[in-house]
Amino acid sequence: MNSDKITKLVLFLVSILILMLTAGMVFSLVGGAIPAFKAFGLQFIYSGEWDPSRGRENYGALPFIVGTLLTSFAALIISFPLSFSTSLFLGEYYKGTRVARILGLLVDLLAGIPSIVYGLWGFYVLRPFLIDLGFGGQGFGIFTASLILAIMIIPYATSLSNEIISMVPNDLKEAAYSLGATRLEVITNVVVPNARSGIVAGYILAFGRALGETMAVTMLIGNTNIVPTGFFQTGNTMASVIANQFGEADGLKLSSLIAIALLLFVITGIVNALGKMIIKKFS
Amino acid sequence: MESINTFLDQDHSARRILKDKLVLAGIIALSLVTISPIILIISKLVVKGYRQISLDFLIKNTPDSYEAITAVANGEIIPGGIANGIVGTLLMVSVASALAIPIGVLTGIYLYENQGKFMANLTRSVSDILQGVPSIVLGLISYLWIVKHVTMGYSALAGSVSMSIMMLPMIVRSTEETLKMIPQTLKEAALALGVPYHKVLLRVMIPTGFSGLLTGILLGISRILGETAPLLLTALGSSIINLDMTKPTSAIPLLIWEFYNDPNMIDLIWSSSLLLMTMILILNIVSKQIIANRR
Repeated sequence: MNSDKITKLVLFLVSILILMLTAGMVFSLVGGAIPAFKAFGLQFIYSGEWDPSRGRENYGALPFIVGTLLTSFAALIISFPLSFSTSLFLGEYYKGTRVARILGLLVDLLAGIPSIVYGLWGFYVLRPFLIDLGFGGQGFGIFTASLILAIMIIPYATSLSNEIISMVPNDLKEAAYSLGATRLEVITNVVVPNARSGIVAGYILAFGRALGETMAVTMLIGNTNIVPTGFFQTGNTMASVIANQFGEADGLKLSSLIAIALLLFVITGIVNALGKMIIKKFS
Repeated sequence: MESINTFLDQDHSARRILKDKLVLAGIIALSLVTISPIILIISKLVVKGYRQISLDFLIKNTPDSYEAITAVANGEIIPGGIANGIVGTLLMVSVASALAIPIGVLTGIYLYENQGKFMANLTRSVSDILQGVPSIVLGLISYLWIVKHVTMGYSALAGSVSMSIMMLPMIVRSTEETLKMIPQTLKEAALALGVPYHKVLLRVMIPTGFSGLLTGILLGISRILGETAPLLLTALGSSIINLDMTKPTSAIPLLIWEFYNDPNMIDLIWSSSLLLMTMILILNIVSKQIIANRR
């Protein structure tokens, strides 16, 4: 009896550790960000200026917030036709076949490729290809970064929707077939409406992934600290500016980078919580 | 209007069937496009990287720029290897695993044993949120905690800590999911025999779910193996083999980043990436095999 209590206590204490860890992370980020918010106030969030020259340092996070949202949304839109077709292929058309298993395995492998390898491939293969296509300039920018991000989030977007699509009850589909519906009509009128919230949740989680990707984006986005005005311009994301500017940072600059990390933490936290909430409601 | 439309559609059945076929063709085409990057990326790594792979590549340290320039100028393969990165990666991943596995497994057991309770739900939600935190933020956290206050400088320990926070939620999740799949009767039988609770966990639950736990751990390791961003902020890199946890240490992804930034070393990026990719592929295949054997 006594040893049982000890075991339970140990389990409880260890699981408290995760809560403390997360609380400690928030505490450290907030603590580190205070000097930046003290110096610039809320202007830090909507100021588009990033000027590290000594004496008149002025930091605003807007270029990076815009860059992050722009690349992640674009990646979501670009990856949608690809990942949605793949989940229909895996979860509906060729469900349970050998072809689907191999395809599913290859899609899973996409998730295993490290960010930096995507970056290399983007730099040495995709970028020259885009230049050849006549996108102009050096091939760096929001568009190139979005393309590589789109490929990177495919497995995350595909796996959940594929699972949900394959769980749509057969009798619903059979009822539609018996009314003379074609397969496409069954998909648009039965499968998709039934799996809608699961599919949406999958894309929200994939979006959350895209928000925090660092290396591949850093290597392709061009790393300019101004608010991007067009899709083919260079820019920077919240994650990439931390990776880029961290090496030479101290004082107010370091605090500003920590503040950006805090914002990123909050944004990804909200996006992920939203996705999980929809999944929970659905199941 | 709806019903009239349906009636009219009857007359277009040929068109409907054609549309159905066209969409299927489109879906197959787009699915093939989806998997083309993986094939393109791996073939690029193999084609560009295989020449460099040799025993030296595995057991020698990175060459300096001068050696590399000379070799390139003479049209030879760049000498040396990435032993410092391989050793650093193995060291940091081992320490990260040693930190994350016990905590993760115990937390997973706690969640399984306390289904539906407030604390368990809270812990599960927090662990889910932790899983979504971008790796660069975890690197920054580890910088603030370890680099600034514990090792007083960039260190392997800081790298391991950021990696272990990354692994932790994955292990928690997979442990809970695995335990959920074990039949309740097994646990009840052990308890009925008067076996103490900790022995039920250690001798019945964990061995029964071992392959599931192992899969989660292997996938967690394969995820942190290729992480670069947090290491830039923590382990920094080193041109020699380092086994001191309090000193800057190299890792394969860090070396790829260094080679990428040094025009003289460019030839080494592909072979290093190939090696990294091979390690990740092996871990993935092994864990897939374990899952397949369980079924």
